Amino acid sequence: MSWYDQGWGLSLTVFLPLVGVGTLLLIPKTQERLVKATALGFALASFAASVALLIRFDFGSSAAFQFGTDLSWIPAIGSRYHIGIDGISLPLLVLSTFITVLALVYSWDHWPEPRNPKAFSALILLLATGMAGTFVALDLILFFIFFELVLLPMYFMIGIWGDRAMIRLPGFRREVETRLYAAIKFFLFTLFGSAFMLLGFLALYFKADPHTFDIVALHQAGAMGVFDGTYGAWVFAALFLGFAVKVPMWPLHTWLPDAHTAAPTVGSVLLAAILLKLGSYGFIRISLPILPQQAQDWAPVIAILAVIAIIYGSLACLAQTDMKRLIAFSSVGHMGFVMLAIATLTEAGINAAVIGMVAHGVITGLLFFLAGSMAHRYHTREMARLGGNQKVMPILAGILGFTAMASLGLPGLAGFWGEFMALLGAFNPLDGLSLGVFRTAMVVGAIGTVLTAGYLLWMLQKVNLGEVPDEWAGKDLHDADRFELAAWVPLVVMILAIGIWPKLVFGATEGAVANLIKTAFGG
Amino acid sequence: MFDYHALAPELIVGGTLMAALLADLVLPEERKYLVGVVGIVGLVAALFPLLTLGFCEDLGFCSGATERVMFGGSYVVDDFALVMKGLFLVTGVISILMSVGYIESERYYQGEFYWLIVASVTGAVVMASSRDLITVFIGLELVSGPAFLLAGWRKGDVRSNEAALKFFLIGVLSAAILLFGMSLVYGLTGEITFEGIRAASATLADEPAFVMGVIFVLVGFGFKISAVPFHFWAPDTYQGAPTPVAAYLSVGSKAAGFVGLLTVCYLAFSEVASIWGPALWLLAALSMTIGNLTALKQTNIVRLLGFSSVAHAGFVLVPFAMAASYDAEGLQSAFFASITYLLVYAFMNLGAFAVVIAVAAKTGSAELDDWAGLSRYAPVPAVLLAVFFFSLAGIPPLAGWFAKLVMFRAVLGGTGAWGAALAVIAAVNAVIALAYYARVVKTAFMDPVPATVPLADAGAPIAPALVLALGVTAAVVVVAGFYPPILSFFGDAARALAFGG
Repeated sequence: MSWYDQGWGLSLTVFLPLVGVGTLLLIPKTQERLVKATALGFALASFAASVALLIRFDFGSSAAFQFGTDLSWIPAIGSRYHIGIDGISLPLLVLSTFITVLALVYSWDHWPEPRNPKAFSALILLLATGMAGTFVALDLILFFIFFELVLLPMYFMIGIWGDRAMIRLPGFRREVETRLYAAIKFFLFTLFGSAFMLLGFLALYFKADPHTFDIVALHQAGAMGVFDGTYGAWVFAALFLGFAVKVPMWPLHTWLPDAHTAAPTVGSVLLAAILLKLGSYGFIRISLPILPQQAQDWAPVIAILAVIAIIYGSLACLAQTDMKRLIAFSSVGHMGFVMLAIATLTEAGINAAVIGMVAHGVITGLLFFLAGSMAHRYHTREMARLGGNQKVMPILAGILGFTAMASLGLPGLAGFWGEFMALLGAFNPLDGLSLGVFRTAMVVGAIGTVLTAGYLLWMLQKVNLGEVPDEWAGKDLHDADRFELAAWVPLVVMILAIGIWPKLVFGATEGAVANLIKTAFGG
Repeated sequence: MFDYHALAPELIVGGTLMAALLADLVLPEERKYLVGVVGIVGLVAALFPLLTLGFCEDLGFCSGATERVMFGGSYVVDDFALVMKGLFLVTGVISILMSVGYIESERYYQGEFYWLIVASVTGAVVMASSRDLITVFIGLELVSGPAFLLAGWRKGDVRSNEAALKFFLIGVLSAAILLFGMSLVYGLTGEITFEGIRAASATLADEPAFVMGVIFVLVGFGFKISAVPFHFWAPDTYQGAPTPVAAYLSVGSKAAGFVGLLTVCYLAFSEVASIWGPALWLLAALSMTIGNLTALKQTNIVRLLGFSSVAHAGFVLVPFAMAASYDAEGLQSAFFASITYLLVYAFMNLGAFAVVIAVAAKTGSAELDDWAGLSRYAPVPAVLLAVFFFSLAGIPPLAGWFAKLVMFRAVLGGTGAWGAALAVIAAVNAVIALAYYARVVKTAFMDPVPATVPLADAGAPIAPALVLALGVTAAVVVVAGFYPPILSFFGDAARALAFGG
């Protein structure tokens, strides 16, 4: 199957969902079953294509970009269709196709108002192409396109199917629907970041000799110190703005709680599980190897912002009354661990970051599924009004308990490795980085894990334990149905599997990370 | 002996004008749309000689130089001219397609309407080849003259009269300023061809009268491209004029102004770039910022598009605002960026106006509030609206991103803080622009349908010609978004002009 390994496998994974969008447009809106089956079919095909890549991946040389191709795309500006995956992008690529399938499975029977499965599935598939494409792109412009491709579908998803509760914004007299505010805030924040990211990409292009957008070539140029100096510092700042908004890092995170809370369930899941990873992936794939000197200069800043995010996210969680908003803020904290891990610039750190990203993807994705399903039943997300979940819907409550444990970093479950190794990496960062800053960061981060445990247990106590409040007596509160289980059980299995056998992820990343650290930082 | 091959596009368009007049004479009132058909056929026919000229050698029609110089250097048919002529012809065709259903409803002077559009396109086609001051001026006036009449075509409407009068007065004023500037330039250099002016101007950069001449020429074109602070006529005129005419003005007429500006700056004034470079920097920064900030507050979609087109004029100016500091490669990159931006802009802006026509036929108004909930009762126009408006905002995967990218690329290619500052201003403006484009889309997709909208026409089919216009522009915008070379190829071909500069 040499054709499959020479670009076709990756291209199919990325573009099958896009073909699905085109196909969906041809199916009349009234044929709901056919619409759903088609969408799911294309998502499954894309997932199967990525699994085939997983199987054929040469783990022995995970540092090399595999299954790649390099074709002419826009000759006028020297941008090429260059794709490929290494050990760092492989787990994230598979995660993105996997979550897409689950999102569509869950949606089969749970359409947010105002329904319209055709448009909703088309948006999910469009998102899928953007997400998968970002992880395979090896050309800066191609990366930019895929990175931005997720904006439109997510904007519409939040804005049309989002939360209709009214909020009053400070400084405005009129109330506005949450979804409208959240959608445009998400869009403007991200676009602001990525406009500067694009300027940064162009600056890299012009500094490289010969001019190129090729990420692999830029890696080599970066390792040789082409971008050192003030010029590189400005470029790093521009890229930082683009990626940090997406992650999001404190203090650029304010779009996240609004977007996550307002988005429909599936939107929150995709946002948390994959979209946030695009930012941290950008740091690992582009900022660190191309600008190693600046990365070292900036590492303490990133570490400090990361621990602020950890503490701030946890404290904000403790103040939430809305279950979905609590989970949203927990993402700020968890991505803080990922960024702290990246800032250490060590093998342990980057490995921790990737496994942290995958783990956060499956865990927080599942938490949002659960929060969405509960809101669907109770028609409220106010934790004060909930309680005794364990008694009315034992299966759902059980999965919620399990996932919360995974999220707080219980050893044996997926969340543990990312947090633990991030702290481990912070104890011993790259030579030359300030030990004082990083060890302080480690201590503060460790306190953060305690706070994390605090708010998650607090949430469980409020929602799962206790007596069922009177207002729900006699209401139809059914337990998890088959579509929900079909979407959740695979995630539960993944959480367990990665927790018990982290080599599932490390096996792919180790070689690639070691190579990255060696070429970029000589260590 | 004339080079009839090189002049074939102009001859065909001229012939079309005659044919349209004759057709208008003999056709009965209810068949007047056939004049439009004549116009479309003629403009499309004129595209063929462009192809045979462009691929002259490949097709075996000729050998050697592809650049054809005529009339003592006053009229040149090179790749740049061919690309721009193609753009004008296509713009004309799409504008006529957009008009057919629109002006049929009024039932008067239909034949003249089409004829005037073709006449204006003729001027634009001449401009693309003009290489002396007089030919440029005549071409530009041939673009504007018919446009004055077109803007006032809805004669019963006060706004349309206002639009025409405003446009006419400003047009005459700008023509006077332009002529004054040209006369100064001619007086000091003794030349009217661009080549001659360039040769004679090397020593004149410090001559106050010459500087004034150059600035006056810039100001004259500044009115045509509606750059801030010469923009104030544009939104009023667009709003009052028939919408297809607004579309033509914002694309065809504006692009003609840009062609004049580009050729004059790069060919005639290339030795004195230190005069026009900073001036254009200022125009670009002001146009983007003021155009976008004013657009934020608009409640009428056509006015909003008017201010957005002011802002886009600023984006097109960005690349060659830095031209003074460029080397040869940078100059070409800047030229490529401006042309590519114009090409992409033409399709997405024509598409946006076509959507406005289609939707206004349903809602009965172009006020933003009346468009609320459009996606409920007219999903296809709503989706197209999103496509064109997000493309104008520069959101991938729609073609607008590529225009923005080449613009940034050109301005960052030079060195120095001024270029970087302009790039940052442009980047911030790209974000501001999203706010108002997204607001329109939000209204159409996310707001509830208001009870007051007269939806009697909501189910009415869109005119077939308009469907064709929408289809063509949407296809180009989407396909070029994924595969930009279909447009950048032409921008690339056109950049040869900057070699000579």
